[in-house]
Amino acid sequence: MGILEIKDINKRFGGLQALGDVNLSVEEGTVHAIIGPNGAGKSTLLNVLVGKLEPDTGSVTFEGRSILGLKPHQINQLGISRVFQTPEIFSTLSVFENVMIACFAKRDGAFQLNPLASISNEKDIHEKVEQMLLDVNMADKRNDIAASMSRGDKRRLEMAMCLAQDPKLLLLDEPTAGMARADTNNTIELLKEIEEKRGITMVIIEHDMHVVFSLANKITVLAQGTPIVEDVPSKIKGNPKVQEAYLGGAHE
Amino acid sequence: MFGLDKVDTRTFLFVVAITLLAPFILNPFPSESALAQFNAGYPDLMQRFVIFGIFAIGFNILFGLTGYLSFGHAAFLGVGSYAAVWMFKLLSFNIVPAIALSIIVAGLFSLVIGYICLRRSGIYFSILTLAFAQMSFAMAYSVLSNPSFNLTNGETGLQVYASDPQYLKGNGPDNTHLFGLEMNSTATLEIGAWAFQFNIGFYVCAAFMIAAFYIAMRIFRSPFGLMLRAIKTNQTRLNYTGLNSRPYMLAAFVISGMYAGLAGGLLAATDPLAGAERMQWTASGEVVLMTILGGAGTLLGPVLGAAFIKYFENIFSKINDTVLHTWFSFMPESIENFLVAIIYPFVGKGWHLTLGLMFMLIVIFLPGGLVDGGMRIWNRITGKNRTQADPVADPKPAE
Repeated sequence: MGILEIKDINKRFGGLQALGDVNLSVEEGTVHAIIGPNGAGKSTLLNVLVGKLEPDTGSVTFEGRSILGLKPHQINQLGISRVFQTPEIFSTLSVFENVMIACFAKRDGAFQLNPLASISNEKDIHEKVEQMLLDVNMADKRNDIAASMSRGDKRRLEMAMCLAQDPKLLLLDEPTAGMARADTNNTIELLKEIEEKRGITMVIIEHDMHVVFSLANKITVLAQGTPIVEDVPSKIKGNPKVQEAYLGGAHE
Repeated sequence: MFGLDKVDTRTFLFVVAITLLAPFILNPFPSESALAQFNAGYPDLMQRFVIFGIFAIGFNILFGLTGYLSFGHAAFLGVGSYAAVWMFKLLSFNIVPAIALSIIVAGLFSLVIGYICLRRSGIYFSILTLAFAQMSFAMAYSVLSNPSFNLTNGETGLQVYASDPQYLKGNGPDNTHLFGLEMNSTATLEIGAWAFQFNIGFYVCAAFMIAAFYIAMRIFRSPFGLMLRAIKTNQTRLNYTGLNSRPYMLAAFVISGMYAGLAGGLLAATDPLAGAERMQWTASGEVVLMTILGGAGTLLGPVLGAAFIKYFENIFSKINDTVLHTWFSFMPESIENFLVAIIYPFVGKGWHLTLGLMFMLIVIFLPGGLVDGGMRIWNRITGKNRTQADPVADPKPAE
């Protein structure tokens, strides 16, 4: 039984079958990549996992508990963090404040009415933020306004915010999309480090094969809304079904 | 001090000093001089400065921090006034129960309205709040004022009559008072050609404003305030970070509604009268102007904006053509008439025109409002390069 179990998910948008009978099991401690050509349903699947979309049928359970129908913040509080395709950060706030918000969310839950508490008294939060910034190599950028940073740094910051919550499962939606080669490699390094040091289970949706094969222990190939192959990376490359899906054979 | 860091303590003490010394600061010209009409140091106007300061400080907690633009905040002010006047009618002219009730009623009112309006964001939220405020206005103006059930006394406005019960009045004063201290009593201090007026009502309101400012400051520096600023920046990220934005918004809305209620209660406390026009959309728009003019999201901005607008409203509107003619009487008559003709549309009844022009100039050239302007001048003088007027939540670690 995996940490995340997806059973018989179907999702239609009008006449389009975006997801058809998706079954997927993510084992704890693995990096599980979901790949597939454009329009294969990768993003739809991710949006189902984070509570943004409700599937027509099927079930999604996390640690044995159904997460369907939960709001994004509730799913996050269970221990699932999401990294977006374009980094979603608090762009007008400083790097330090960005990470601090994640730390508060972890410690105080979804809502805390403390209008007279003082941020400068929160020593444990400050320490944790410092630690997180060191972990992602951003300690020198702590006072920078988030919007002013490079794409790679924004990604780093978003990752720091997710890690500050000690998630059990990290969902990454094309974490290197639109990045320069150097930034991509940095991100791969960062993710590898996270996997080695923290052993967080990750689900990566990715286009870039270089990223997928550098990181994943397991790969699921999605085509036209259905998983066609699930295997370890070394066996995916030579699989004729995969080549067919990518070269357009499946459309015939 | 007071749970604030050094910079904030300084700002706070500055506000306290300015407020307490307002009768001097606002009265720079000798009473008999031609410039005396620019003095703002008389009780009625000073009370308005601090009361609308409170209103704007509260509005800024919602608009400045979360970016949600409410166009119906005057409704809470009006409700506060009505609640206070009812306390005068039923109990006595003591302002304490009146102000307590006005805060509570405005809080409950904003809880209901906020709960409904916050289902939408952006322009739809603004429109919903505007609709609610106009409904409240209509209710106060006509619906809730009929012979069988007269809660608001319609267009006459709610006021205290001799026939009202006033159960706790006893031998108490016939005017609003704080445990016997009458709000309208004024002491005048004459120094040379100057006459400074110290009014109980002003100092009571000023004490409330200082408390209101202090609480706002604490909110700005709290984790709660940080979440509100996060809502303004990126609500999606906030939700995916495990935070529920809805209750945060509602709490901010209710807090700012209670500030408006307090302001309404104080308006009634200085003049025991409540009219429906206090709830009209123009009154809601005014607080938006005050906040933006002074600098939304800054601590001092709203207070400055409120004082600025009230000053214009009361001082510029008093300059009529007779006054203008006396100003320019030293010139040849043709030039005098020409100048008066040019300036006249901008003063007196036309003060809105001047205000509108200044508002445009500030929004275009100083998007951060008066506080931003002040900061730029200060930086010019000191040669420093501080970009933000309010380094909100100093991200230095706690030492």
